[in-house]
Amino acid sequence: MNQTETIAVAKPTTFMVSSEPDQTSENIMVEMRNFNAWYADFQALHDLNLSIPEKRVTAFIGPSGCGKSTLLKWINRMNDVVPIARAAGTLQLGDTDILAKSTDVVALRRRIGMVFQKPNPFPKSIYENIAFGPRLHYKGLSRADLDDLVEWSLKKSALWGEVKDRLNQSALGLSGGQQQRLCIARAIAIGPEILLMDEPCSALDPASTSKIEDLIFELRKQYTIVIVTHNMQQAARCSDRTVFFFEGKIIEAGPTRDLFTNPQNKQTEDYVTGKFG
Amino acid sequence: MATLTKPESDTESEGTPKRKTDFRFRSLRSTYIKEWGVKSLLLVCATLSIFTTFAIVAVLFTEATRFFQHDNVYCDAVIAEDGDRVCKAFVGTSTKITAGTEQACPECGHMHMMPAEITVVDFISGTKWNPLLGRESEKEFGVWALISATLMVSGIAMCLALPLGLITAIYLSEYASPRVRATIKPTLEVLAGIPTVVYGFFALTVITPTLQIFHGGFGTFNAMAGGIAVGILCLPIVSSLVEDALQAVPRALREGAYGLGATKFEVSTKVVVPAALSGIISAFLLAVSRAVGETMIVALAVGSRPQLSLDPRNDMQTMTGWMVQMALGDVSNYDVEYLSMYAVAAVLFLITLALTFTGNIVRSRFREEYQ
Repeated sequence: MNQTETIAVAKPTTFMVSSEPDQTSENIMVEMRNFNAWYADFQALHDLNLSIPEKRVTAFIGPSGCGKSTLLKWINRMNDVVPIARAAGTLQLGDTDILAKSTDVVALRRRIGMVFQKPNPFPKSIYENIAFGPRLHYKGLSRADLDDLVEWSLKKSALWGEVKDRLNQSALGLSGGQQQRLCIARAIAIGPEILLMDEPCSALDPASTSKIEDLIFELRKQYTIVIVTHNMQQAARCSDRTVFFFEGKIIEAGPTRDLFTNPQNKQTEDYVTGKFG
Repeated sequence: MATLTKPESDTESEGTPKRKTDFRFRSLRSTYIKEWGVKSLLLVCATLSIFTTFAIVAVLFTEATRFFQHDNVYCDAVIAEDGDRVCKAFVGTSTKITAGTEQACPECGHMHMMPAEITVVDFISGTKWNPLLGRESEKEFGVWALISATLMVSGIAMCLALPLGLITAIYLSEYASPRVRATIKPTLEVLAGIPTVVYGFFALTVITPTLQIFHGGFGTFNAMAGGIAVGILCLPIVSSLVEDALQAVPRALREGAYGLGATKFEVSTKVVVPAALSGIISAFLLAVSRAVGETMIVALAVGSRPQLSLDPRNDMQTMTGWMVQMALGDVSNYDVEYLSMYAVAAVLFLITLALTFTGNIVRSRFREEYQ
């Protein structure tokens, strides 16, 4: 394999991504500088420098095991429960230092919605699934408030029409694609600033995938979205920016169109054209 | 470019040893016979357990039926001297037997006191259990005296075992570090492996005296001590079954809840426990069955005075306690008190059977909804 050879010469670079022509100035939502992460002795992420812009869709692509999911799990500190995981460097959400001991994970996760690879609705009713987050975080919610929140979230995630007559039925009765949209609705019900999606369509059929992609496109008006995907077309279709990871390093990052049509790095080109990965 | 054609043996590169080809195929016929043999053996083994179950149930109910049938109660020799026994001659004769009265035996001429007739209704609804003392006509078989003790002991046991078991299981499954888990789990398994007779002695020699320190009203034998011991016995059953149920909840659900900003306690109580509810309930029901059927502890610690009482300080006799007394005591196999053992056993069987069915219904109902 000559990939390792190429990797040896690839230098970690800071990509300050310029705004796309049709878009006005961008605020940075997540910022990382010299971010490193380990699982025990294995270094999963090397010296990442990356800015994730607000109200844009950023896609993380790269072959399995390249660290993109690990990074996602560090952004909302899901790795806290993994005893062997540790990280160093700077990782910030707005002004909050994500890695700081003083940062409260509950407060942090309230600002970050997460959607997982496999739809994981709770074994409760559709209504209860959405109401779960708000009930945790808000006190003194009236039934009407909750009803409104549930309706808003379901409308926002394009599921309302399909489930409005069976809100009290088990969420497990929904199809896979509906369940995933329910998970998105559940995540946005707590009013996060950023949505992390870890291969949200990998367990879904093409029709459901297309619905989720439409939804992502719709949600980007309001939320910062980070999507990890193995599907190159998906990254190309629904993201503004793409970051290509390989073996724990960022090989290339930039506007999606550039990265796909005019990759600066040979490895990126090989990957996006399907020569490896 | 690599060729896509399958490499044939003759195109193998130089130096590769050729695959030997002169093997004999195994006989398919003998393979099928073996398969059939294995299948039959498995079927026989499976059937055996079913057969055993049915045999036990059949014996149980046959003997229990005899308990309610007068003429079969005394069928052996003429025991006329004491005047309390009915002689064999009555069996199978057309002489009408009136229960609870004195009648002349057509065979020996003696006057015999006919034993009081035991009806199913009296048995099921009666609250006095007094088969060993007094004349035949004064014997009382009201099973509630025994059922109440069983319920009392099981109730006390469950008050202890269910909450403690549930909490232990949640702790082990959701909170404990691997090291703590590695200590507590084997300890609980040891607890489960202690012979119940030891629990009985423990109740008698440790729990009862301890209870008496706090309250003088506890007798040497009392329902409370037995109940606590049975509770300790059931604790590892509950905790290990509930823990299995909690562990079976997919990690993805926990992650989903953590991702929404839930704390560990919220994840455990609002997501994991509800998702494992069917398993938890069936664990509870299994523990109840175990407590209801527990014998040695109650025989040793609860006493042998059947009475309908709500006071856990009293000595009582549970259904199993009575059965032990009868099985080990010196009563004739034809005596009505001996046969009552089967009737009591049948009632106990029906109770545990009901619990099992309830467990199955609960499990299937919740599984439909949750998994």
